[in-house]
Amino acid sequence: MGIESLYSLQFVEAEKVLSLYDGALNVPKILQDWYEEEAKSNYGAYIPFVGTVRDEDGIEGLSFDIYEPILESWFKTWQTKAKESGAIIKMAHSRGDVLLHESSYIAAVFSPKRRVALEFIEKFVEDFKASAPIWKYDLRDGARIYALSRSTAIQGSGILGVKN
Amino acid sequence: MVRVDFLGPIQKAPLELEITNLSELALILQKDTELSQWLSNSAVALNDTLVNSLDVALKDGDRISLLPPVCGG
Repeated sequence: MGIESLYSLQFVEAEKVLSLYDGALNVPKILQDWYEEEAKSNYGAYIPFVGTVRDEDGIEGLSFDIYEPILESWFKTWQTKAKESGAIIKMAHSRGDVLLHESSYIAAVFSPKRRVALEFIEKFVEDFKASAPIWKYDLRDGARIYALSRSTAIQGSGILGVKN
Repeated sequence: MVRVDFLGPIQKAPLELEITNLSELALILQKDTELSQWLSNSAVALNDTLVNSLDVALKDGDRISLLPPVCGG
């Protein structure tokens, strides 16, 4: 089954900027689509980040769960910040299994000049890692094993564990 | 009735509870041994907005979500 037939798209402010797919990302297609969508938008810089699943520690791949309502509101906050600087952010992420050497994550910033895009892509990807409601599992022997040691507690976590 | 959902790797079915604030929820969940590894590292959302304090009133129909540590990408 082709990847295109599996994907679903999310729309934020009527723009195709946050896309979630079942399984691995079709990297050339996504990068080309984004390029073509903005080719005449007068942005001087298009800076993409492509995350690829590496062959390490004997894993067979990674798997992802996403909580979409909070992902969308988190992304919208970043899109608003980007717009204040004349930039836009686009993001694609996988749900479910992604095998070795496949891609699960692409983010890109378009801006009139390079400096804004270079700075935004770094801040955006770092906050994505710390805040976006996505859970990662290693695939080993066909099982999904939560990657707790590589995960980050969202800011403000732990309030329900405090004993009075 | 307030619904409580446990997201991502927390393997627990949703709860429906008669509670009026988050402090009551904390007391109930702290007695649940299935959750002992999750309460200290999970974030809490009320109707899909993250909250930073237990000083939050709840009403009938509210939805609480527990979000354990994340790792996208």
